[in-house]
Amino acid sequence: MAGLTPSQTVGPYFAYGLTPGGKYDWNDAFSNDLVTPDASGDRIRIAGQVFDGDGAVIPDAMLEIWQADGQGRYANPRDTRALPNAAFKGFGRCGTSAKGEFAFDTIKPGVVPDPDGKPQAPHILLAVFARGMLLQLYTRIYFEDEAEKNAADPVLALVPAERRATLIARRSGGGADYRFDVHLQGDNETVFFDV
Amino acid sequence: MTLIYPRESNQANPPRLFPGYKSTSKRSPQKPLILMRQTLSELTGPVYGHETVRPNDHDLTIQHKGEPLGERIIVHGHVRDEDGRGVPNTLLEIWQANACGRYIHVVDQHPAPLDPNFTGTGRAQTDADGYYRFVTIRPGAYPWGNHLNAWRPAHIHFSVFGHAFISRLVTQMYFPGDPLFEFDPIFNSVLDEKARMRMVSNFDLENTKPDWALCYRFDIILRGRDATPMETK
Repeated sequence: MAGLTPSQTVGPYFAYGLTPGGKYDWNDAFSNDLVTPDASGDRIRIAGQVFDGDGAVIPDAMLEIWQADGQGRYANPRDTRALPNAAFKGFGRCGTSAKGEFAFDTIKPGVVPDPDGKPQAPHILLAVFARGMLLQLYTRIYFEDEAEKNAADPVLALVPAERRATLIARRSGGGADYRFDVHLQGDNETVFFDV
Repeated sequence: MTLIYPRESNQANPPRLFPGYKSTSKRSPQKPLILMRQTLSELTGPVYGHETVRPNDHDLTIQHKGEPLGERIIVHGHVRDEDGRGVPNTLLEIWQANACGRYIHVVDQHPAPLDPNFTGTGRAQTDADGYYRFVTIRPGAYPWGNHLNAWRPAHIHFSVFGHAFISRLVTQMYFPGDPLFEFDPIFNSVLDEKARMRMVSNFDLENTKPDWALCYRFDIILRGRDATPMETK
């Protein structure tokens, strides 16, 4: 068995390669807009900021999300359930702004089973990369308006009750906007998972 | 074949808090990570087709009108899983400083010249055997503010996907014999020496192109093992 190639920080200068956003002479492979025209389900926007242990915003973080489509189906060959899948790919990437802000336009994911076949509440996986992080952190975004499903979710159940709120995206403003902040450290430290 | 992702393999990775690398002090969690079973969400990951990589994206020396200055090199290798199987059709993204040690990023203020013929970013997709290849120029070392007279060893940043969201890897490829290794906290954050040396490419004379470019081999091992043990014959 071969040992892994270890992780190293994404560093401060990834933007021109990974999130050029029209500012450099390079095209974006990925976007923070995951919505495809044929994707069914509720269109949502998740926005927030990333903070360090001093509560300062992190202007050089990269966030990646991975999620199922509105039917709860992953666009990946390992998901072999007989569910329809649109052109929706389920992967998005966003670099933070000078104010540490990010946003994803996507659709609300459906229900995905856990290893025992029990339903998990709708959730999105989030990976955080930044200068000063030697490897990415993984967390999950759940939704405030799925209280009943959240209460039965097997992963949320592992999280101490007083910390669960860090994993719940809150409705903000009207319509389909959610707020989800990431705190790498501190009193409101986001729950991260050892996967 | 079903892949599993043993947690123990992560021991090759650096700790999240590494005092020698000062920025980790405010950017690493202080509360314990929550141990959880991997579900379909963790075991799947993005799949991209050839539309993501354009024909010349792997060659960083032909993206502009003229050729970049510096030492032209080939960087190639295989992306493999922990059982040594090639990871096919997976995306690699690279970015790097130019030959003078200057990044094109707007925040990089190192007083070394930019090269109008070098952006310093590329993409490639592995073939059916997990093989990839880039053509670029050797990046220079550059100073950074971590401590007095801190210089990063020359490196190329790599971003690789693999089969699952939890096989995702962002790392840095180093060049053999760099005298800066022993002074660099980022390189030395990988505590196990064997693991650390897996980030160092090997000079590859066999694939060096006469009268054209030196070659370096950088094989990348991602998380993932076969769920069923291999049969012995």
